[in-house]
Amino acid sequence: MTDELMKTPLHDTHVAFGARMVDFAGWSMPLLFRGIIDEHNHTRTACSAFDVSHMGRLKLSGGDSGALLDRLCTRNLAKPEVGRSYYTHMCNEDGGILDDLIVSRFETHWGIVCNASNREKIVNWINGHVGEMDATLTDETTATAMIALQGPRALALAQELTGIDPATIKRYWFTTHELLDMRITVYRCGYTGEDGLEIVFPSGLAGLIVPRVLGTTDTPHPVIKPAGLGARDTLRIEAGMPLYGHELSEDVDSITAGQGWCVDLETDFIGAAAMRRRKEMGLASKLVGLELAGKRTAREHYKVLSGAEHVGEVTSGVLSPTLGKSLAMAYVSIEHADEGARLEVEFGGKRVAATVVPLPFYRRRKEG
Amino acid sequence: MKTPSDRRYRETHEWFLLEGDIVTIGLTAHAADELTDITYVDLPEVGKTVAIDEVVAEVESVKATAEIYTGVAGQIVEVNTALVDNPELINDDAFNDGWLLKIRADSPTALDDLMSAKAYEKHIS
Repeated sequence: MTDELMKTPLHDTHVAFGARMVDFAGWSMPLLFRGIIDEHNHTRTACSAFDVSHMGRLKLSGGDSGALLDRLCTRNLAKPEVGRSYYTHMCNEDGGILDDLIVSRFETHWGIVCNASNREKIVNWINGHVGEMDATLTDETTATAMIALQGPRALALAQELTGIDPATIKRYWFTTHELLDMRITVYRCGYTGEDGLEIVFPSGLAGLIVPRVLGTTDTPHPVIKPAGLGARDTLRIEAGMPLYGHELSEDVDSITAGQGWCVDLETDFIGAAAMRRRKEMGLASKLVGLELAGKRTAREHYKVLSGAEHVGEVTSGVLSPTLGKSLAMAYVSIEHADEGARLEVEFGGKRVAATVVPLPFYRRRKEG
Repeated sequence: MKTPSDRRYRETHEWFLLEGDIVTIGLTAHAADELTDITYVDLPEVGKTVAIDEVVAEVESVKATAEIYTGVAGQIVEVNTALVDNPELINDDAFNDGWLLKIRADSPTALDDLMSAKAYEKHIS
């Protein structure tokens, strides 16, 4: 790509903290700072700060914005609660997944967070369905920044930084703080399997907020350390969370992808009819977790075998830093997808034994 | 990082050090750094005969898998068993303790076709 990469408001901070920057969906993003495994473990045991400003942040306003989103989202949004966030998919007429998103009900509008790689597609998709409805989409991605604070100490540290107790925000709810025309939104969400927050603020506040979170290179924050996309990926695989472009794509529907919990089939969203038919006919394959023997890591597109039969394909794999096991997610034909099924994964000419196990692989200990 | 001038390089980031008719093969420090934390090394069996430009080993990291090519034809005479328990030796010392395997080369002059240290440094810059 010859085009210049987009930079987030935290870009210079990443460079100062020694990040290795990579191109991710047209953005210059940190792959790692100290090391992927180090950052992974720090997130599981303390608290990491991830720059997720590359993700799309859209605002949908107007009297019909709720009805429009309800039509586009797999989740039933007919009776939304103000202050709540919903994980959902948007699908095409065939039920193929266009993106997975978080939609949030504000008092005066809806907020939408989508994948960086799908932002243009989703903006066009939403705008293409407005028609006569009273709904206006604004892309706030470059006007704002977004930091994820993740880890068992994230909430207590956020309280120290802000004086606000984030434990009062329930999981998948959010709170906003407004001053003049500036809005800071704190979501109790994340993509690591840990408890934590995602904080959205105007880009212009980055110079004030980022040093409070990370400290400076001379005096870094004693606990909160920056983490990059590498650790974000290993953490989300352990947590069994799908990633668009790997587990999710337009070639699969939400139910096959194991995300049926965010699908309300009795509502009339785009793709619902196709998914109802798919469900009646029975799934041909589905997303499963695999635990592999030994310490090799299965990669995307590695074949899954049952005897001589090719029964599936790996979508993501990791030698789990937390669990010490080789784990993978894979699409497997339905007759081989039952928990405990004994399969094999092909590595070059060699085969490694694999067992179907439930997702997620890792679940954080809940306090109390 | 320094690229030793006593050996040859393949564009796929292997280094080849010739001593007598034995060629020691490893992964360059640049490639190890790009891979990030190395988690596993799949090594071949000693005694195996390999052709030139054949995949002979695989180095896996927390991020990706790299295939290791032979560069010379011959017979595998030794593999670095220390990597079984300590694959991170490649991250720590790619050009020395992190070596992968040794081949008794049928024709060591095949290495003359590979890159010099200078050419490799240009290749990765």
